[in-house]
Parts: sequence; structure tokens; C-alpha cells
Amino acid sequence: MSVPMKDGSIKRRPLKRGWTDTLLLVVLLLAVWQGLAWVIGAAELPSPFTTIAFTGRLLTSPSFWPHLLETAKAFGVALLLSVVIGLATGFLLGMNRFAGDLLEPVLVAVYSVPKITLYPILLLLFGLGIAAKVAFGTIHGVIPIALFTLAAVRNTRPVLLKTGRVMGLSTREMISGILLPAAMPEIFTGLRLGFSLTLIGTLLGEMFASQRGLGFMLMNAIGLHNVDVIMALTFLLVLFAGCASGFLLYLNRRFYQHV
Amino acid sequence: MTAAKKVQIATVAPKVHVSLGAVDKEFAQPGRPGEIVHALGPVDLDLRQGEFFAVVGPSGCGKSTLLELVAGLSTATRGEVAFEGRPIHGRIPDGIGVVFQEDASFPWLSVHDNIAFGLRRMKIDRAERERRIGVALDMMGLSAFARSFPAQLSGGMRQRVCIARTLVTEPRLILLDEPFGALDQQTRLLMGDEVLNLWRKTGATVLLITHSLDEAALLADRIGVMSARPGRLIDIVETGWPRDRDSRIAQEEAFGAITARLWRLLRGESLKAMGKVGGET
Repeated sequence: MSVPMKDGSIKRRPLKRGWTDTLLLVVLLLAVWQGLAWVIGAAELPSPFTTIAFTGRLLTSPSFWPHLLETAKAFGVALLLSVVIGLATGFLLGMNRFAGDLLEPVLVAVYSVPKITLYPILLLLFGLGIAAKVAFGTIHGVIPIALFTLAAVRNTRPVLLKTGRVMGLSTREMISGILLPAAMPEIFTGLRLGFSLTLIGTLLGEMFASQRGLGFMLMNAIGLHNVDVIMALTFLLVLFAGCASGFLLYLNRRFYQHV
Repeated sequence: MTAAKKVQIATVAPKVHVSLGAVDKEFAQPGRPGEIVHALGPVDLDLRQGEFFAVVGPSGCGKSTLLELVAGLSTATRGEVAFEGRPIHGRIPDGIGVVFQEDASFPWLSVHDNIAFGLRRMKIDRAERERRIGVALDMMGLSAFARSFPAQLSGGMRQRVCIARTLVTEPRLILLDEPFGALDQQTRLLMGDEVLNLWRKTGATVLLITHSLDEAALLADRIGVMSARPGRLIDIVETGWPRDRDSRIAQEEAFGAITARLWRLLRGESLKAMGKVGGET
């Protein structure tokens, strides 16, 4: 049972935090990385400078791009599916008390199953191609998005819905005009989580049964103990995930700074 | 001669705007199947066109349920609620505006867009829309805050935003569900004046649900007094105030007499509502 918050507001940090904080964090992380590289030794953990230099070379090598493209394609489709199915499920269950009460525990249960145990089944269903990777990425991302959306829709203050009903809004207008904007800040949290989990799922899918993609490259590099490639790929992925997450956060703050 | 006669007829038999006929409301208890709570009724009540009607009663007597029935937000178990001669049966009728006790402003919209929200879906051209919003902003003293967001406003101002949002749709019946319940005393008095002003200017019928006897005595033409649950109307008190009144009537002798009468009617019921076998009045 979810109880709507008394004043309905969610505490939010001010929009302008400045870039200095972010910059400071990046510098700190690089410093820690460099320090670890000195302690452990460059053979096991290349320094930031070496990694960035190698990443540059990797990005200019023609054999890298097909892999990146493959991953981008799989991730893009998986993310789209996660978001669409997750939002739809969340809204449906959030608006239907009975179905929500019934299926929410099921979703949580499925969410806590290590998805990798399902991978053999997915492979049998979808074969070794891109479809299996998309499916694996989707099952990672879709549930958190659905759960966050469900909670957000349920927590929408009843008085806002009553206001909509008094104005005679149709179900469609109710969703687009009240439920979606009211639930958006929480949904955004689900989207950020779903984004990173979909990425993890897609890469995992590539690591275990694929001949293409960044996940495959990474697995290959681990097999060959090619530390430079491992570091460069990890660096790229962290950079991408960090930027994307930051961008989503920025959008959220930008649109909902007054909420 | 005929004109005078007409006026007389109008005063003798005012047009009924809202009518409740033997209305009952029962609720099923969530989690306890078979158990039914009789929340309200039977209630018989006619609201006259253009009057300011207040309902007072002990807490939990079904005042808000009464309002929800008239608003079409819930359906009567028995009996009929009619607005402008047409029965409301769980259908949201046009021409009714509701202001709730809780802050119902949309936090993601500016004051201007909050007020425009209900108008957007009505087929009104832009110029007329902006004109109405301008009038409402002005009337509610919000003109300087059109671009502000609810989070930047005080509770009283947010409630004014909600009133303005209802006002622009030009409702013929305005339902107020303890709209000032969350506000401080001074703000309440001033908001009361604003509501009276609005009522005069729009000519709408107003139904005010309140737990404040003072508020009812100050604002209403007639006050319906409700019993403890299941809420029934035990009396209707006429205040006899002139139409162009304001909160200064609180200083008049008649005001004290009205609140005293309301309290005489309600004291026993309030005790009952608190679970005490209250008898002596």
C-alpha cells in the first residue's frame, strides 16, 4: 500500500549546482585512478593518460566501429522497448488498483532473479543474433521503469485527479495532462535506472553469446589479457553512461525545477 | 404592474438550481466485506439559483460526501441529485466548478498555465481565454505572479490559484469543500471577502462546506446544519444578510446570534460525533 505524501512535494536540489562540483569530482576520480596505477603497476592498471591515449587510437581504428555500431543498435532498440513497455505497464498497473496489487510483487520477484539464469532460454527463443541481445537488455531495464512508474502514478495526489475529473477530462487527457507530469520526476528516476540496466543487459548479452559488439570485444580482451583494450572500453562505457545519466538528470531538473 | 408581479413571483418562488431528493450514501468498508457504513442521509435539500448556501456539521458527518454527490464525483446509493433539472448520476455535469480543501494547484505549471488548464479544453479562442485569465488573475490579486510557480507561493495564494482556475470556466454552480481549512484566520477572513465578491460578480450559486460556524454565519444566505453520522439536515438557518456584505458583519449583533444558534443546534451532535452520549443542550 502506498500512501500519497501529505504535501505531495518531493525535495529537490536547486538547478544550478555549477560545473565546479562536477569538475572537482572528475579530477578526484582521475587522481585516485592515477594513484592506484602507481601502486598496482602500469601492467595491471594503466594510468589515465595511457588509457585515454589508447582510447584515441581505438576510436581511429576501423575494426572498432562495426562493434560499436552493433552495440549501439542493440542498446537503442532495447532501450526503446524498455521505456515503452515499462511506461505502459507502470501506467496500467498504477491506474488499476487490483491489477497493481496483484502484479507488483510478481514484478519485484522477477526483478530479483539474476537475469543471467534466463539467458539460455532467451537464446533458445531468439537465437544467437541481435534479437537475443535486445531481449536481454530489455528484461534488465523494463522492470525498474515499470516499478517506478507504477509507484509514481499511484502516489499522484488524489485531489489532482479529482480536479481533472471535475473538469471532465477523458482518460487520455487525464494521463497526458495530469498523471504524466505529476509522476514525471519519479518516472525520470526509473528511466535513469532503466537506462543503465538496459546497457548492462545488452553488454552482458554480448559477452556470453555473440560474435560482435563491445561486450564481445571486452570478453575477447579479457581472454587475451589485453588490459589496454579492457581499460579503454570500460573508460568509454563509463563516460557514455555518466554523460547520459547526467543529461537525463539535467532534463529532469530543467523541466521540473519548480515541482 | 406585470413587472412588479414578476419580481414578486421571483422572490416568492426562487428557481431551484440544485435539488437533492431523499439522498442516501452508503459505503462498503474496505477490507471488511458485508459491512456497510451509512454515511449520509436521507437528505432533502433545494439550493436556490444564485444563493450562497453553507453546510456545517460535526466532523465525519458526510459534509464532503454531500459535495461529492453534487459534483458528480460519487453516486448516491438511493435518491436523486439534480442540477438545473437534470439528474446527476455519477456523471460530471458541465457548469460546476469545485475548489477542494487540499492544495490542488498543479506544481509543474505556472500560475497562468494552471488557470488556463481548464480553459484549454473548452472551445474558446485565444484572445477570450487570455481575457478571462487576466480578469481572474486580477480578481484574485495574482497578476504579479502569473509567471510564478505554485511552490513559490504561500498556501493562501495557491488556494487563490485554484479558485481562479475554477472561476475562468464560468461555472454556474461553485462548490467549495472547506477551501480555507488550511489557512490562518486573517487569510480566511480576507478569502471569505474575495469569495463573496466573486459570488456577487458571477451570480453563481455557491455551496460551501465548512466546519467553521463563523465562516458559515459570515458568508452564507442560508446555512444547513447537519447531524452526526449518518448526516441529515437538522435545520436550515437563514442569515438575512444583504447581498453586498463583507467580513465586517462579524461585528454585528446578529452575527453573534447566528453563531450561537448554530452552536446550540450542533453541540449535541458534535458530542455524539466524538463518541460521547451527549444529551444536554
